[in-house]
Amino acid sequence: MSIEQLVVEPSQVTVAPRRSVFGKLLRDPQAVITMAILFIIVMLGIFTPWLTSIDPNEAQLSAYNAPPGTPGHILGADQSGRDIASRLLHSISTSVIAGLIGASVALVIGTVFGLIGGYFGTKIRAGTEWLFNLIMTFPGLLLLILLMPVTKGDYRATMLIFGVLLSPGIFRIVRNLVVGVKNELFVDAARVSGLSNLRILARHVLFVIRGPIIIATAFMIGSAIGIQSGLAFLGVGSNTVPSFGAMIAEGFGNLYVQPVQFVWPSLMLGLMTASLVLLGNSLRDAFEGVRPKASRATRRPVTVITESAAADDALLVVQDLAIGYPTPSGGVREVVTGVSLRLEAGKTLGLVGESGSGKTQTAFAVLGVLPPDARILRGSITLNGRELLDLPEAKMRQLRGREIAYIPQEPMSNLDPSYTVGAQLVEGIRASSKMTAKDAKARVLELLARVGITDPRRTFDSYPHQISGGMAQRVLIAGAVASRPTLLIADEPTTALDVTVQADILDLLRDLQQEMGMAVLIVTHNFGVVADLCDHIAVMTDGTVVEEGTALDIFRNPQHEYTQMLLGSILEDTVVRTDAPSRPTTEAVS
Amino acid sequence: MILYALRRLVAGLVLAVLVTFITFLLLSTSFESVVRSILGLAATPESIASLTHSLGYDRPVLVQYFEWLGGLFTGDFGTSLFTSQPVAVAVTARLTVTLSLVATALTITVIISVLLGVAAATRGGAIDRISQGISLLGYIVPGLLLAIVLVVVFAVNLRILPATGFVPFAENPAKWAASITIPVIVLVIGGIASMTAQIRGSMIDELRKDYVRTLRTRGIPTNAIVLRHALRNASGPALTVLSLEFISMFGGSLIIENVFALPGFGSYSFNAALQGDIPVIMGITVFSVMLVVTVNLATDIANGWLNPKARMH
Repeated sequence: MSIEQLVVEPSQVTVAPRRSVFGKLLRDPQAVITMAILFIIVMLGIFTPWLTSIDPNEAQLSAYNAPPGTPGHILGADQSGRDIASRLLHSISTSVIAGLIGASVALVIGTVFGLIGGYFGTKIRAGTEWLFNLIMTFPGLLLLILLMPVTKGDYRATMLIFGVLLSPGIFRIVRNLVVGVKNELFVDAARVSGLSNLRILARHVLFVIRGPIIIATAFMIGSAIGIQSGLAFLGVGSNTVPSFGAMIAEGFGNLYVQPVQFVWPSLMLGLMTASLVLLGNSLRDAFEGVRPKASRATRRPVTVITESAAADDALLVVQDLAIGYPTPSGGVREVVTGVSLRLEAGKTLGLVGESGSGKTQTAFAVLGVLPPDARILRGSITLNGRELLDLPEAKMRQLRGREIAYIPQEPMSNLDPSYTVGAQLVEGIRASSKMTAKDAKARVLELLARVGITDPRRTFDSYPHQISGGMAQRVLIAGAVASRPTLLIADEPTTALDVTVQADILDLLRDLQQEMGMAVLIVTHNFGVVADLCDHIAVMTDGTVVEEGTALDIFRNPQHEYTQMLLGSILEDTVVRTDAPSRPTTEAVS
Repeated sequence: MILYALRRLVAGLVLAVLVTFITFLLLSTSFESVVRSILGLAATPESIASLTHSLGYDRPVLVQYFEWLGGLFTGDFGTSLFTSQPVAVAVTARLTVTLSLVATALTITVIISVLLGVAAATRGGAIDRISQGISLLGYIVPGLLLAIVLVVVFAVNLRILPATGFVPFAENPAKWAASITIPVIVLVIGGIASMTAQIRGSMIDELRKDYVRTLRTRGIPTNAIVLRHALRNASGPALTVLSLEFISMFGGSLIIENVFALPGFGSYSFNAALQGDIPVIMGITVFSVMLVVTVNLATDIANGWLNPKARMH
């Protein structure tokens, strides 16, 4: 087990007390208001027989187009002399029934097939997926119209079919969740403990999927009500069934005579569908937390510079750097609490610590690529005596790629999947120098050969998914050293690679460093890497440097107990892994 | 790439056969009532039996379906039971009206959604709230209500735009534009609701990815990262939404056309279905499916072109 898994980041331990979903809903005014509106509307629908004694289809010629406020007809009557208030109340049941039929059919079909498609093997999954994709690819409303000879226009039969058309949404939700849950440990544990498949599904899966299903149901009821109204507006269905759609059509046709007639059903329909959608949104927030906010991709962190170390002649000087992130409660959580580093030209500094210690954040700060919500709270970073923290983005961009370069940890995710390897490298070179496309290509091929790729032309034309992880890391190294930077920042450059490839990559880095005379800041949790490459070491924990010195001193005589613990666990790690095919770097330590 | 496109095409054709078959199967349950309605009040058991026989409705459903399918290959889409008009001619005439509406709305939707979605994802703040507000509006207001409100405001009260009627583009482009302006606005507002949300969401996801940071460390300008890299990678899911959007706009236009009395697919389908005009219903079905298949194929090809990984499966 690696150190990462053993050490818990202290700042993450404090978890806000969990509130129940219903409690959250009651605190959300949008949820309370929409639930109240829907409750009132449904109540009006249920108690319609007691609220009005007028038959919604009874035509009273005397009441023809009666205006609102006419005695006996509060909202007036339509052009057939039918009472609008009564029709409105009776339409509620039509809508609610339509919504419930549509949503229930979709729920039953979607859930059943989703459970089947998600739980069983790939063949059944592919088959059900294909079936539901098929349902999704036909315009539902058109199908409902075309099937009028079959449904006879009855809105309940129509909604049965519409439920089938809605079911792919539920199917996808359920299937994805089941696949996710299935892969989680607790279902495996349940299976080991001898529970039958069916009980596993019932117990675990149905519990996990209830949230997304409740959310989707709110949206589906709204959409079924909307479709039913649309069809009724077109004239699908019996004219003795009062519905908002039919009332809107009648009122709309009567627009120039009694313009207010279409307003009532429109208002009711709008109120119902809007409430359902807004309630769905509130439910989503309550179940899944607030959705991600956009943040400016280009924004530089807020910075307070304490004092620049202009007097120091080192290449890179970091002084008392502190980085924080805003917390939901409005405060700022410091992840780097005052780091000072010093790296001389051509030398190698190892920044060592477990994940969460702030070492990567420090590296990103030097590069000027911290996430947009990060804030540099204080400190100073100078490169060749020049303060980086107050440089405008445009100036900083010129430095990146020319003077400071970066090698990431995970090679695959750091290449754009849509462009060939060559195109990405050419773009980088041309962004940091005035090379023609042809020259840049020649340079990239040369670089690819230099980083040990045997067939540079082929790799140049490959997409990232067509090359191996080790090769991708070589490509990224080529991209980083393309413009002969003075400072190379490598963030765990070997962690994601096969053990056999790790040593090669480290050799390559060392060769390139000597060849180009770069200074290297290497961020790692692996003391083996450090021992192999570094002149100096800085050990970080909890956002601060606890010990620094020459590599030799720290290995021989670690002062801080944290360094001792790290070294100890690495050495144990080495013992466990002695059977690995190639691990020269750690052997050098012992 | 060609192989990939061919595979998608074959999948589309299979889909077309299945959808038309299911429709035909469902319709076959209503053959008797259709015959009854053609004969009207004069229907006798004998006349019903003889018309059923002469229309071929007494044969096995499978035989009838394959005969119909075979007709398609010779360009014979059948003739209307009621007007004796060839189905293909009538359907294409109506389809042009609906397609001009949907294509215009879809183009505008894509332009607005990309601009708004990218701006919302990269700038945040006010423009993000505006984009979310528009999305919410599109979701909570049914298209039907929006259409009616816009007609009442712009056509009845302000008298800026015609409330109803359609002028073909070839006849008078300006009047054509005026006649479809409100319908297009209605479809666009519904369309950008889901499209903008999708583009905003996938742009936010893309911009958080590792490769974006790595590109930044190479000194590549932000605009190039956003437009060349992040947007391209975000376009895959957006294209899926686009093809679904087309399907839903196509459906939605049926209602909208009715509000504005546009002589499109909507009223034609409605009348055919009301009368039980089986050949016309089948013609409409097959044309719609082929349309959907074509649009899906186009988005699949676009996706394969934009996203090299998609070409593999």
